[in-house]
Amino acid sequence: MDNTSILSTRFYGGQKRVALRNCGIIDPENIDEYIAVDGYQALAKVLTQMTPQQVVDEITKSGLRGRGGGGFPTGRKWQFAMGGEPGTQKYVVCNADEGDPGAFMDRSVLEGDPHSVIEAMAIAGYAIGASEGYIYVRAEYPVAIKRLELAIKSAREYGFLGKNIFGSGFNFDIQLRLGAGAFVCGEETALLTSIEGKRGEPRPRPPYPAVKGLFGCPTIINNVETLACVAQIINKGADWFASMGTEKSKGTKVFALGGKITNTGLIEVPMGTTLREVIYDIGGGIPGGKQFKAAQTGGPSGGCIPKEHLDAPIDYENLSAIGCIMGSGGMIVMDEDNCMVDIAKFFLGFTVDESCGKCTPCRVGTKRMLEMLDKITSGNGEMEDLKRLEELANYVKSCSLCGLGQTAPNPVLSTLRFFRDEYIAHIVEKRCPAGVCKDLLRFTIDRDKCIGCGMCSKVCPSNAIYVTDYTAPGRRKPSYAIDPEKCIKCGACRDTCKFGAIEKK
Amino acid sequence: MKTISDLNAIKAKVIDKIYPKNPGEKRIVIGLATCGISAGAQPVYDEIVKAVKELGLDGVSVVATGCVGICQYEPIVEVFESGGKRVTYVSMTPEKARRVVQEHIAGGVPVLEYTVANTKL
Amino acid sequence: MEKSAATEMVNIKINGREYAVPSGITILEAARIAGIEIPTLCYLKDINEIGACRICLVEVKGSRSMCAACVYPVSEGMEVFTNTPRVRAARKMNLELLLSIHKKNCLSCIRNTSCELQTLCNEYGVDDEYFSGENREYQLDESTPFIVRDNNKCILCRRCTAACSNLQEIGVIGAEDRGFDTHIGSPFEMKLAETSCVGCGQCVVACPVGALYEKDDTQRVLDAIDDPNKYVVISAAPSVRATIGECFGYPPGTDVEGKMVAAMKRLGFDGVYNLNFAADLTIMEEGTELLHRLENGGKLPLITSCSPGWIKYCEHYFPEFVDNLSTCKSPQQMFGAVIKTYFAEKNGIAPEDIFVVSCIPCTAKKFEIGRDGQSAAGVPDVDAAITTRELARMIKSAGINFRELPDEEFDEPFGIGSGAGAIFGATGGVMEAALRTVAEILLGEKLEKLDFYDVRGTDGIKRATYKIGDRTIRVAAASGTANAKRLLRAIESGEESYEFVEIMCCPGGCVNGGGQPTQPASVRNKLDLPALRASVLYKADSEMDLRRSHENSAVKRVYDEYFGEPGSHRAHEVLHTFYVKRGIY
Repeated sequence: MDNTSILSTRFYGGQKRVALRNCGIIDPENIDEYIAVDGYQALAKVLTQMTPQQVVDEITKSGLRGRGGGGFPTGRKWQFAMGGEPGTQKYVVCNADEGDPGAFMDRSVLEGDPHSVIEAMAIAGYAIGASEGYIYVRAEYPVAIKRLELAIKSAREYGFLGKNIFGSGFNFDIQLRLGAGAFVCGEETALLTSIEGKRGEPRPRPPYPAVKGLFGCPTIINNVETLACVAQIINKGADWFASMGTEKSKGTKVFALGGKITNTGLIEVPMGTTLREVIYDIGGGIPGGKQFKAAQTGGPSGGCIPKEHLDAPIDYENLSAIGCIMGSGGMIVMDEDNCMVDIAKFFLGFTVDESCGKCTPCRVGTKRMLEMLDKITSGNGEMEDLKRLEELANYVKSCSLCGLGQTAPNPVLSTLRFFRDEYIAHIVEKRCPAGVCKDLLRFTIDRDKCIGCGMCSKVCPSNAIYVTDYTAPGRRKPSYAIDPEKCIKCGACRDTCKFGAIEKK
Repeated sequence: MKTISDLNAIKAKVIDKIYPKNPGEKRIVIGLATCGISAGAQPVYDEIVKAVKELGLDGVSVVATGCVGICQYEPIVEVFESGGKRVTYVSMTPEKARRVVQEHIAGGVPVLEYTVANTKL
Repeated sequence: MEKSAATEMVNIKINGREYAVPSGITILEAARIAGIEIPTLCYLKDINEIGACRICLVEVKGSRSMCAACVYPVSEGMEVFTNTPRVRAARKMNLELLLSIHKKNCLSCIRNTSCELQTLCNEYGVDDEYFSGENREYQLDESTPFIVRDNNKCILCRRCTAACSNLQEIGVIGAEDRGFDTHIGSPFEMKLAETSCVGCGQCVVACPVGALYEKDDTQRVLDAIDDPNKYVVISAAPSVRATIGECFGYPPGTDVEGKMVAAMKRLGFDGVYNLNFAADLTIMEEGTELLHRLENGGKLPLITSCSPGWIKYCEHYFPEFVDNLSTCKSPQQMFGAVIKTYFAEKNGIAPEDIFVVSCIPCTAKKFEIGRDGQSAAGVPDVDAAITTRELARMIKSAGINFRELPDEEFDEPFGIGSGAGAIFGATGGVMEAALRTVAEILLGEKLEKLDFYDVRGTDGIKRATYKIGDRTIRVAAASGTANAKRLLRAIESGEESYEFVEIMCCPGGCVNGGGQPTQPASVRNKLDLPALRASVLYKADSEMDLRRSHENSAVKRVYDEYFGEPGSHRAHEVLHTFYVKRGIY
């Protein structure tokens, strides 16, 4: 193949685009282009040729599972919401409140192929007997919002939304709701509470939304990426979809690949692809000849996949077996320069900020965990803290009200499991093996390598570098030294020194 | 819009615009998702529209599209031609874009140095 | 809970034992049937079922995470474990986390020994420093004259916000900020006084810890008692005698009038009076007002004005009904006004040398005493309004052994109260008292039966139509502002119409007021406190000979000697007031 096309790249070659099939190809603001690539055929098919139960069966058979992170079988979710008295008010909600740091799978779908979500919602509405849908999208996605608004408008004009769609007597319409940026609103019950106009806080389950959801009515909530697969499943058949993936995880998964990786970007691979393929084939490996240390998936709710599991096929079961989660699709690659304690602290810091504050374990527990991590990374940790940290992490995991709190300790538990030695190095040796945790670092100048140029002292923001009265043999100028009391460990001196005289330990 | 045949009619009309069938027809797509926009795709798009117009090129459509996935190489411009030919330009600027319009779209010769062939992808 | 025979039952196991329990109930309720207590903090039946505090977690077989018993429904074959090492460890850790954000000055805390957190900590043997860490410091909100909020003690169970939003449907408080910074406050961090809080104090009685309490006025009262130049009198509202016993270990629903009077006398008041007297006086004025409005085409329905929380609610949320309010002062204010005019003149004491204290079941009364139009003698009618809880604290700190006291009687000349005055403390009571008097005036003869059962009971809204002579009087009694709202909307829309309406701010009336003794959720969730306490009042009424306000000799004397007749010019000057339209913040 011509090597000037993206199709010829290794990055693209290992991918299989289902949810992202139209992204980058069609004009998302032109409904005709969506129709040209078989858009709304699936909706027409279900409305004119299938019963609601057949639709649900098809989705069930395809093996599609929730792509927002939970992995709950989509068909089963729809099945729960079926039935009830005819005329029962029900809702279809699209969860587009993508909040994991560094993850943008849903945004890409919404910006590149908004009709695929709208079509799927109408199909879902037909399947469960709902006439209203909501898309809950975060306000920080202005482009997605604009394209969704436009797409809903054109879908209404074409009669794909509204009354008597395809002459079938089925009515369905969609409204947008903008989230104010709270991570917790990606949790389904908090999302519903937010749509209802209340403070976005989760509520206990059961009752599950399929029984008692939005405004107390049966509601299904599906993630953007899940919905983006639906029309294709109807068009190409459940067997086609189920032919991709592993035994229990069918189809493909989109990942936002980032961190210490040569090719960052958005990829979609069949379930069961190994981490090694993702990182070394598609991702192009670790830059700078560094060693791979771990990949973090599932963001603040997830965990780390260490080197020894590089060849594990990525699917829901395998990831959960190693204490990780599929998550919504963030994948951050880490190399030897990443401190795993620091990584855990970063993600926990995120959840502490994003906890809604409703339940005690998450509100207070995660904060106390973060304080313990702070204590450890600042060199004041004791082994007793590690015990307490683990105890508390397990408590928060099993006792929190919602998924946010129940998964918040995962980054800590996962790193404790695979990188316990790094924690111990921080506590016992007061050393950060990766050289990240500032309080444990010490910058020194090798006085024999120093030529006395003074560049380091010029860039030092805290005036911590001074001239000594020592001149190395063969040098003309006296060497410099760093006052550890004044040093703020910013590393500016080390970046500036052309002679490799500044050491970080 | 009442039947599948209504859908098929639109499909038949539009599909050749997405994947050009006739030699000489070209479709230029510019990734204008958030990632592209933040990397500067809007001026690239504008420049291409302007250049195509100035050169009076026929059979050329310029379209904004979503994200093709290679974030670090945004802005991305792709050219679709008949015969399933697809050329991917990466890390585009308005200047590069104008050259692509002049040499590739008008002249028929892809600007190889700007394409994905010149990356480690 | 009463379940019909048709209730479907499910078979579950709790701690290995089998039980058949009604389907649809929670694990908590099922455990209670099985005689097993599961601790709760945030749970308040019907109004706060949010599963937030996580103290009630239990293990359910097959569930990876623990389940909140207060909200988790039972299902066929479920196996629940309420007392495993994991459950115990989780509860202990939960308490230790709560203690890490709690200001632990328990010894000086107003809720010391009545704190639900303290009780649990005691039971679970916690280490109160196990999870010590950073903490927020919150300023006290002392902006109102009635409620103090100390967020440094708040455990964010949200019972107060549930009481405000779900019970009273007012919603001036809620969760502010998020995560570790979450705290309870008013929108935009407004002080409570800047909001349209009505001061009902339902939040205070809902609070399990010392984060909410009444503005304490006991020191001012003690100072007055100690001041030789002050003539200090106290009167006790009808419902206080039905509840104050709870502060001294009596079960809810115990009448301790005699001991209460004895205790007040031992505190050193110069006069210990019965506010039921003023309730009777209110009936004379309000009954007259009703008759006047009925006969002269006045604004109807006439709505009672005894409950200051209701008055403030009306002024904020239904200003269009302000003209419907009876212009009568509340019994508390009438009492103060009578003391500082009639009594002062009669005894030759300058009004400013009299210090009038009322002991009331209410926090809103602390606001009422400072209102305009409540100073008949040029000085405030009432100087201090103390809650049932404050009186109990005064009694305790004075070293008075309440339980050992003899029964004593109120002082004259304001010691007499009728049965009609007694039932003022329960929803429907003011209505019934008024009906007894109004009916007899209209009919010109004595009623055979004085019980108006239709307006009794703890239902939120009670409606009745009475034919009195040739006149039909349609009445309604609502308690709780949520019910008041529904009733007023129905009146506003023309769906319902009445001649006479009674509204009390607190659900169930004053017996369930915000100034009443606090009871832990475990008691509130099990007992019908308002009904139990109200039974004391109705029993007292039924056992009295004097059951009509207009037959109260003390009231008659006041009219004979001072006011002339109900509704007279002087009565208006002293016993009536006015209202303002406030609107919502």
